[in-house]
This record gives sequence, C-alpha cells and structure tokens, in this order.
Amino acid sequence: MFEADKKAIYLDNSATTKPDKKVVEAMLPYLTDFLGNPNSLHAWGQKAKAAVAEARQQVASLIGANATDIIFTGGGSEADNLAIKGAAWTLQGKGRHIITSAIEHHAVLDTVRWLGKQGFEFTILPVDKLGRVNPDDLDKAIRPDTILVSIMFGNNEIGTIEPIKELAQVCKKHNVLFHVDGVQAAGHINIDVKDLGIDMLTMAAHKMYGPKGIGALYVRRGVRLTPLVHGGGQEFGLRSGTENVASIVGFGKAAEIAKQRLANCEDKKLSVLRDYFIEKMEGLEEVRLTGARGDERLPFHTSFVVKYIEGEGMLLLLDACGVAASSGSACTSGSLEPSYVLLATGLDHATAHGSVRLTMSHETTKEDIDYVVENFAEIIAKLRAMSPFYKKNS
Amino acid sequence: MYNPKVVDYFMHPRNAGKLDDANAIGEVGNPVCGDVMKIYLKVDEQSEVIEDIKFETFGCAAAIATSSMVTELAKGKTIAEALKISNKDVADALGGLPPIKLHCSLLAKEGIEAAVADFYMRRDGKLPDGMTPPQNTLACSCGNSCCSEESAAEEEEYIDPNNRVSD
Repeated sequence: MFEADKKAIYLDNSATTKPDKKVVEAMLPYLTDFLGNPNSLHAWGQKAKAAVAEARQQVASLIGANATDIIFTGGGSEADNLAIKGAAWTLQGKGRHIITSAIEHHAVLDTVRWLGKQGFEFTILPVDKLGRVNPDDLDKAIRPDTILVSIMFGNNEIGTIEPIKELAQVCKKHNVLFHVDGVQAAGHINIDVKDLGIDMLTMAAHKMYGPKGIGALYVRRGVRLTPLVHGGGQEFGLRSGTENVASIVGFGKAAEIAKQRLANCEDKKLSVLRDYFIEKMEGLEEVRLTGARGDERLPFHTSFVVKYIEGEGMLLLLDACGVAASSGSACTSGSLEPSYVLLATGLDHATAHGSVRLTMSHETTKEDIDYVVENFAEIIAKLRAMSPFYKKNS
Repeated sequence: MYNPKVVDYFMHPRNAGKLDDANAIGEVGNPVCGDVMKIYLKVDEQSEVIEDIKFETFGCAAAIATSSMVTELAKGKTIAEALKISNKDVADALGGLPPIKLHCSLLAKEGIEAAVADFYMRRDGKLPDGMTPPQNTLACSCGNSCCSEESAAEEEEYIDPNNRVSD
C-alpha cells in the first residue's frame, strides 16, 4: 500500500477519507506551540479560543448555520447520541415516542433502541427498494406523544439521499423535532439547514478530509438538549471537557475547503465520474446497483450486488490488486448476518452477501475507475468459477 | 485477519470446480447464511478410494480455503479415512482460523460426510450400519441468528457483541 510502484486506489471514502494536507498544516501548530486551553485568560488561551471560534464559524458556514448553533463533539456517533438522548431526556415530560428509519447508522438505531429499554417507545420506518423513507409514512407514524424524528441525510451503505426537505415539512406540521444524521452527506452536497428545516444535524470531520475523532452537532437556536457529558460547561454547556483544539481547527479547515469545492461544483463533476463508474460496473454480467441514482445519490458513492458470489472474497482479491473497498456481506463483519440496510431495501440474504461498496474521493480519476472495473471483471469470473450457483451462459 | 496459508488456499484454491464424472455429490450450508459448499467425489467402487475430488463454494475466503483444504486432505484416501477428517483437522491444516470463521471448517467436514453418504446411497441404496445420516444438506450449522429462532430473539439486545462495525 505504501510502495511507490504498487497500485493504491482507495475507494473506501464512506469509511474514512484522507485528511487534506492543508487540514494537517492548520492543525500542527495547535499540537505544538499553540498549546493553550481556550478557557484560559492568558494569551495562549486566547489564541486557542480564537482558533476554536474561527473553526466554529467555518463549520457553521458549510451548512448555512450560525456559529453559536455548532456544538463540537468527539465524533459523529457522539453527536447522534447527544441529539437523540439529549432531546429525549429534555422532552420526556411532553412525550416518549421517537421515530427513525430502518437504514440508520447504528449510532442512531442503537441509541433509539437503548432508549426503548429506558421506557421510551419507538417506530422504525421502512424504506423502499432504493432506500428512501416515504414522507407519508412519517406523517402517519407521528403520534401526539412523538418528540423526535431522526432520519439520515445520505446512507453510508447504498448512497441514497433521503427526501429531507419533505420529511422536515412533515415534522414541522406536527411540531416535532427533526434530527438528521448528515455524516455521509455534509461537505459532499450543498446543505442549508435553515432552508431544509433541519433542527439538528450531525457531522463528522473525517468523512470530509478532516481528522478522526471530531464531529459536530448543529442545534437550531431554541432547541433544548440535556448534555451527555457534564463538567466545565464548554460548548454552551452541551459538551463539557477541554476543547480538542487541534482537531477542531482541522475540522474548520476541512469545512472551509469543502465549501469551496461545492462552490466550484466539484460535487457535480464527481457525480459524472460516479455515473461513469456505475455504467461500467452495470456492464458486467449480473452486477446491480444498490440504492438510488442521480441527485438522489451521494456524488462519491457507488455500491453493487454481484450475484452468485460473496463479498469478502471480492474485497480480498480487490485488496490484492491494490484497491480498497468494503462490503455489507456478513463475512466482512463480526456477524454472520448480511447488512440490515440491504435487507431493508428488500434484497434477499444470498444477494446481500454479494454486496460491494466503492466510494470515491475528489482524487479518484477515470483511469482509477477503468483499472478497478477491469480487475473486477476478472475477480468476479474467478469467484464465480468456484460458485455452486453460477451457471455460465454459453 | 487471515494467516498466509488461509490466504494462499483462498487465492490459489486447490481442486476448485465441477467434477464431470463424479459418482457422489454432497451439498451443505445455506445461502441465507452466506455459505454453501458442494463436494464432488469420484470414488472407486471396489477399493472405496477417493480418486478425484472437487468443490464449488459460495462463501467467504475462509469457506473457500476450508473447501480447498478438505479436498486436499481427502484426496487419495478411502472414504472411511476421509470420514475421520475432523473440522479441527481442516482448521489445523490451514494453520488456524479466526474464531468467527470456525463454522467454515465444520461445513467442510460436513461436506465430505454428505458426499460420502451420497456415495453409499447411490451404490448400496442405503447407508452402512452405524453411519448416521448426514445433516440435512441445506441446514446451516452456523448457529447464528440468521438460522435459529432462539437467537433471533436475542437480536433485540441493543448491544450485540457479534454485531458488525459500521462506518
């Protein structure tokens, strides 16, 4: 992977992205000379405080928010937990019913299920074949005691973008809080929280060429949350603990760069490459796209199911030719169950075991795609030659 | 995750494919669980020696590696000897498997059993005395929630130690 003469095509950007050089450069001084605690009164402290404030503005600016509405957290999962538990604990006097979808990230689903053990009730909305939540289903599921709806912006496994504006309108109609897990989408597509009507939005820096271990929750002014972490009262009292200054600075820089890329329509250019990739892959025998297409799909995201073979073998053979990918197959995880996301879209188990996800970055080239597709064809042929299910069409 | 020997047996599988003149075939596993193994045997009816053996497997790298290894272990043996190959023999011959993948070695052993049972049924119309019928050829031995209702109920637990790590 680190040998100069060996192919290295990283197509697992839904898992994590390569930090931008400018991000790392921006962070470094805050790991060394600019050591101050933002809560200190002296010059060192004030330097750090100003850096955090600037980063807060940069992150807010990415999603059309006010800086004072951004809460830095220890990552996307923590932000999801803060949004859901924080709202549930604050609003439990009003009601104890939460609505989410079947294809949410575990940071949302498991948090909601955990609250279910604490006396809350929840409804898990189904999705259609493309992974979309139907706003009418949401409308019907909302009860007088519903306090929170949490639906993701873009799905990590199948790339589908949910109809966020329509879902937000349904929530608004019923006066229910709307949380959106935007981890996969933020920085990759234009998001304006005010225009869309989002009350809370989760983001993670490392999905947009920033560092790992730092995330943020946008919380619309007026939304009250109970903190998960009590202590010194940092982050407007919602996330105590001395700020992770260097990572916050890195997140700010990543958000600034992402905003610039969006202004240059680089997401549109990437989606053209994505569609080229999809077209090439669909040209292979019995390879099918999972998730939605066009504007309803994350611009960097491709995912497929390959009939008659299993995902793990594909990943290992791709890895052997220098390509990083991932799969919702059971064998690639600690479990023997295939991806619940794929099952929720109506795929049968055997097909879901043959899933593969290839997620691009802004560095991915057409040549990379051609190389991957060429090798993929050979990998599929090799594995199908061993498959008891595959009968060659001859 | 896998040791180099497992990777080698996956990348360069021995005895992969169909055996056109097979006189016994065993199929085990379940596509729902993501593993199906088909073992083809060509057994000499007199000497009961496995003259040739091949496999077709739908499954992960470990399933392919264990299929590959069990065919290598069984080739040239009598069917009585082949039946003595344990799942541990297969795993050990591969230099060990990750715990979550041990069911693959069980599948390999059961694949041989199913194929040998098929040989007896075709030749004698019955299994020899004392031989228990092999597991239902499409029943999964993984014991996971995908196959047992019992553990499906446990899935309700909000923390599943075997759960996938999502990104």
